Amino acid sequence: MKEDKDENISAMCKPAAGEAGKTGDWRDATPVIDRKKCIPSVKNRAACYLCWLYCPEGIVTAGVPVEIDLDYCKGCGICAEECPAKAITMVIHEEGKS
Amino acid sequence: MPDKLFKVHENEYIMPGNRACSGCGLTIAYRFLLKALGPNTIMTLPASCLTVLHGLYPITSVSIPCLNCTFASTAASGSGLAAGLAALNRSDITVVAIAGDGGTFDIGIQALSGAAERGTDFIFVCYDNEGYMNTGTQRSSATPAGALTTTTPVLTKQQNKKDMMKIMEAHDIPYLASTSAAFPLDLYDKFVKAKRIKGTRYIQIATPCPPGWAFQPRDTVKIGRLAVETGIVALYEIEDGKFRFTGRSKTLAEKGNRAPVVNFVERQGRFRKMSMEQLGQMQRWVDNKWSEYLRRAAE
Amino acid sequence: MSDVQILTGNQAAAYAVKLCKVQVISAYPITPSTPVTETLSQWVERDELKAEYVRVESEHSVMTVCISASTVGARVFTSTSSHGLLYMHEQLHWAAGSRLPVVLACVNRGVGAPWSIFNDQQDSIAQRDTGWIQIYCRNNQEILDSLIQAYRIAEQVYCPVMVCYDGFILSHTMMPVQIPDAEQVCRFLPPYKPHTILSPEDPRNINPVIFPWQRRDAEGVLRDGYMDMRWKLQHALEGSRDVIVETGRRFAEMFGRDHGGMLWTDRAQDAEVLLVSMGSLASEATVAVDLLREQGVRAGLVGIRVYRPFPRQEVREVFGKAPAIIVFEKNISYGYEGALCSDIKAALYETGIQTPIHNFIAGLGGRDVKARELAEAVRSSLAAIGSGEREKQTWLNCVTE
Repeated sequence: MKEDKDENISAMCKPAAGEAGKTGDWRDATPVIDRKKCIPSVKNRAACYLCWLYCPEGIVTAGVPVEIDLDYCKGCGICAEECPAKAITMVIHEEGKS
Repeated sequence: MPDKLFKVHENEYIMPGNRACSGCGLTIAYRFLLKALGPNTIMTLPASCLTVLHGLYPITSVSIPCLNCTFASTAASGSGLAAGLAALNRSDITVVAIAGDGGTFDIGIQALSGAAERGTDFIFVCYDNEGYMNTGTQRSSATPAGALTTTTPVLTKQQNKKDMMKIMEAHDIPYLASTSAAFPLDLYDKFVKAKRIKGTRYIQIATPCPPGWAFQPRDTVKIGRLAVETGIVALYEIEDGKFRFTGRSKTLAEKGNRAPVVNFVERQGRFRKMSMEQLGQMQRWVDNKWSEYLRRAAE
Repeated sequence: MSDVQILTGNQAAAYAVKLCKVQVISAYPITPSTPVTETLSQWVERDELKAEYVRVESEHSVMTVCISASTVGARVFTSTSSHGLLYMHEQLHWAAGSRLPVVLACVNRGVGAPWSIFNDQQDSIAQRDTGWIQIYCRNNQEILDSLIQAYRIAEQVYCPVMVCYDGFILSHTMMPVQIPDAEQVCRFLPPYKPHTILSPEDPRNINPVIFPWQRRDAEGVLRDGYMDMRWKLQHALEGSRDVIVETGRRFAEMFGRDHGGMLWTDRAQDAEVLLVSMGSLASEATVAVDLLREQGVRAGLVGIRVYRPFPRQEVREVFGKAPAIIVFEKNISYGYEGALCSDIKAALYETGIQTPIHNFIAGLGGRDVKARELAEAVRSSLAAIGSGEREKQTWLNCVTE
């Protein structure tokens, strides 16, 4: 068991994911990728990746296929807005469901 | 686009699950400037939106070392880091002081002017979201005329935005650049370049703010792009006094097809009380700036 | 080898900085501390002192430079006075909250409005709640020696130290000062080891926003909330007393000069009245004690050397048997009394000591205070105490009606 006491005498932080928790909880709409339209999937090679470029959270994996880490996606919708192939749809959550 | 995109450093220095607002323009800018700077960097920053992004004790969302400082002291803090590192023979580390428009144009201007005049070996970054956004959208001297803020809630801001680029250029520093969060590759290139230059370098980044400017988070990049399309924000750099347009602004300058400012204004709630007169004033403000840019670009 | 030179207080301070091998200096000139910054500039430009000298545009930036340079691990120094110190106020809090061993020479001067360039201690006393250790010097030798001690104290307890000395009275007055041997100072003062980590090799975020409550980090360790962090600072200052006393003792062993730990006394043992003061006014009071003794008054003197942390225990011991206490001080806590007087009264609470305490506010903004006047003040106080006046505040040499 670790010493459960703060040895810092001033406030010093180490980096870690999820400082604000699983920010996927903030979302009221979820990005859903249509692989039939997504350019890297269609071309089956690295291409486009504007969703990766503009994602403020840096949680889009620029691979084939493109993936979005929904644990942390805040649901801003920039990826859907900027996708040149209109392959991403923001699916709005129903009332009371996340 | 992809070819250029792939050269961008694949490491992410901002961790997921940070506290920044959804659709934050600053976060896009910060992602790419950190990629350009790389890990051998120390940041210093005052109380601002970026403090929130960096996270609350004892966890930080950013894997680049950072020293928080008081509001008025960002540039002096950069000076202290540079001096301390020089004394310890660690001048290989890039020192970056970064503040919002409040910490740059307003409360931080004295320390910044001092540091620039001394030729402090650091990059000073201003992320300009045109107001005191962290405290809830109050007016700053970077707020454009005609914008509603919580301290100009009825009449809108009456004065034009302060020309901070000009003030910084008057310090005779080797490199200045104006860029935008909506153009991450332009931003990336400018930081890569700035990193290689010695002395004081100043980079101002236009960072659209969904809650402060009153638009939907999904429109951050669109709004940022419109600022450039209308010429309200210009992408350029001034290296050893030589002005040069970059990226989209370069194309706009060549083709002379800037969009009217109303295209930018009409999509944001903060301009909902802007008068026709103020709109005309903003267009003239942009036109005047651009005639100067074009004249300088031709020199 | 040590040698004796005739130095002003400011020159003595500059010598201490050189001997301590300070790595980063930042300063903004202000009377009467200016000559410290000028002397150090000269030494740095002549390469007699290997340090980064950052000539900033304000005192706010001065303390910022000290904070940031200290955070990465450099030994830092600055000097200032009066409004310069007040302009640093925000950063003084920040330095202490960051637990950085910044050392500052405060050349005491009055505070406006209206402007005064002359001496009192309102400037540093007004900073007593910023979390800094405060040492007050009697003479130029003490300035040099206390600054050397200050680094050793600061770097052990990780608290900033302010070494205070009176403007003009000490800063611009020449006295013989023994300059210690540089190598011996090196042995006395080991290199600075920072507690902070600000390095690309192990990225940390220092001094972010902190919650009121405790919070676990990513590894499950429960970390402090704001108040816990503040308690650590208080605890460090309280605990620094032992380090201050031990540092004074060790210094005396190595260099043969003992300036007292928390406080010093002069003929206090048999005293029927004890005078109390700080800094050069305490030196003047020594002469007053001579005069009083000649006149048949068994007077003694207590010089408060360290004002923060306050020498609570030492004050209780030294004043335990005194029939009367008279506090002379160069500051005023407006709306109440001199700050030192309040602190002495507070320290004596619950000891059962019921000694009458008179308070003299003296020498504000450079008003002359002579030993003869102090002696007269003591005699008039003793008469007032004799007629039952247990508590009294007097502004010495001041037109009060």
